Amino acid sequence: MSEKQGNSLYKDAFKRLFKNKAALISTIIIVVTTFIAVFAEWISPFSFTKQDVGNMYQSFGYPHLLGTDGLGRDMLSRLIHGAQVSMAVGFFTSIVSLVMGIIYGAISGWFGGWVDSLMMRFVDLIYAIPTLVLLILVMVIFNSFDVFEDPKYKALTGIFLALTVVGWVGVARLVRGQVLQTKEMLYVEAAQSIGVGSFSIILRHILPNILGPIIVTLTFQIPANILFESFLSFIGLGLQPPYSSWGVLANDGWRAIRTYPHLIISPGVALYIVILSFNLLGDGLRDAFDPQLKNR
Amino acid sequence: MGRIVGYLLIYLILQTIALDLLQLDGLIVDITFHLLWVTALVGFAHVIVKQKMSVFVLKRSFEALLTVFVIATVTFLLLRTIPGGPFDSDKALPPEIVANINAKYNLDKPLIQQYLIYITDLFRGDLGYSYKYIGRSVSDIIAESFPASFKLGFYSLIIAYLFGIPLGLYAAARHNTWWDSFLMFIANSGVALPSFLVAPILIIIFSFWLHWLPPALWDGPIYYIMPVITLGIRPAAVIARLTRSSVLDVIRSDFIRTAKSKGLSEKVVLYKHVLRNSLIPVLTMSGPLIAGLLSGTFVIEIIFAVPGMGKHFVQSVSNRDYPLILGLTLLYSAILVAANLLVDLLYAIVDPRIKLS
Repeated sequence: MSEKQGNSLYKDAFKRLFKNKAALISTIIIVVTTFIAVFAEWISPFSFTKQDVGNMYQSFGYPHLLGTDGLGRDMLSRLIHGAQVSMAVGFFTSIVSLVMGIIYGAISGWFGGWVDSLMMRFVDLIYAIPTLVLLILVMVIFNSFDVFEDPKYKALTGIFLALTVVGWVGVARLVRGQVLQTKEMLYVEAAQSIGVGSFSIILRHILPNILGPIIVTLTFQIPANILFESFLSFIGLGLQPPYSSWGVLANDGWRAIRTYPHLIISPGVALYIVILSFNLLGDGLRDAFDPQLKNR
Repeated sequence: MGRIVGYLLIYLILQTIALDLLQLDGLIVDITFHLLWVTALVGFAHVIVKQKMSVFVLKRSFEALLTVFVIATVTFLLLRTIPGGPFDSDKALPPEIVANINAKYNLDKPLIQQYLIYITDLFRGDLGYSYKYIGRSVSDIIAESFPASFKLGFYSLIIAYLFGIPLGLYAAARHNTWWDSFLMFIANSGVALPSFLVAPILIIIFSFWLHWLPPALWDGPIYYIMPVITLGIRPAAVIARLTRSSVLDVIRSDFIRTAKSKGLSEKVVLYKHVLRNSLIPVLTMSGPLIAGLLSGTFVIEIIFAVPGMGKHFVQSVSNRDYPLILGLTLLYSAILVAANLLVDLLYAIVDPRIKLS
């Protein structure tokens, strides 16, 4: 049916995706949040470090729409700048660990045999080490080298490395499984028989065919990493004030929970909305790429 | 026989929970506890013999031990080879003191000898002494903090399965209706809610406004409620989603059509045929879930001041307290492989067709 209209698999999939209301709204939310994050400098009403000393611990109101924190800094501006860090970490760590996972998984699945067993044992091993231990270990090791002077870049690079090291394993497993299935296909055999090299087959025949599950994984990995970043910053291992991320804000809010509960609500709700949107988009994508699942 | 042991096991687990919630102490607790593990052993032995899985279980147990051993080795070598040491501090120590410290913890010996010492001690059940908590053994630290984490995780797991499976089943039975969308929205929200949003909201409502529950500490059942709910929400939501999609898969199969066509009622089909077959994916994810929850969760333990193991997972690494990191990692991986083995046994109980080898 799709051949008749000359639509590609992906064009069809996106058509189905945008018929799904939840996925459509989620996409809009994600695009808007990304836009806000990229243009944080211009959008935020105040500077994220500027103190309004006369207006400390303001609740929701005017001119500080989401109130101010204990140092009189505008919460909305801090939230917008926090979005920049949280979204950047979420996107970049996921994409890098995705690429690593694809390379590792494709090699393991394609060559099979002892290469596969060896590579997968290594993956199993990383799985068996508690994520938190691995995450913090990478950050501690990184911090023992004084690569950056600037505390912001230091913390961000540490988080970036840690999340990448933890994140690629799941992708590698998934890609390996997909490659194992796909390499039995006739078109792969046909390509082999006319002498196409392994690398070209993986790149031109296998990867395009397993792109669906990979995109779905990406949409689930991004929110997971956003949550991890906020979690690390919340426990004081990530970014430090005065810089802002949603985890840093939540940590600030937690310290003042008894007296000023509004401070923890806004970063928490921001995280909730963004993560929910990514998850709903991921569900939508999965249904769109595999319509049989949906139409039962 | 198997059925009786199963019921006895469930009864004993319930009694243990009741004893814990009523804060009872004394002989009855010991008796229940010993009866519990004996019954569990008998039950597993029964399943293993009945399903002719003894070879499989032996093989898997051996593999599990090997896994833990490999993890011990790799983690040990990793920790010894990373740059920087546990006793590096901003203040320069006199060389004699550094030499003394290194000698006390065997750090002056060659790496291979350190490793052999560690492994022999490990086989004797000795995890060594903490670098940071001077004079305290790793076993002590774990023994002191594990019970709280275990209880918190255990009750959260119960909450997760108790709510997750029925909700997922209900949503699937009402597929494509308003109820389905509503329940799945709740479940998606449960997955997306960060614990540091749930916990403050619960504390503000139930402690600050209503004064029903204590905001923190770990002194009895009433203190369990909020941490358990906070920890249980996400796994409950994940299980509900998984159950729903798995039930929807099973409903399409031929044997369900057969069951329906021979005139069984919707309810019988759903509970007897569908549910049992859709539990397999839920079981599969249970291994890592159990290990993750039982070994403590840092944020929730910090927020509610639960004296659990979560903080050690974070602080031991920051402090470079190598023996403690190793001890915790080994405990985690031991729970993980044990949980995975348990899951494999449960596969055989839930679906006798699964032949394990």
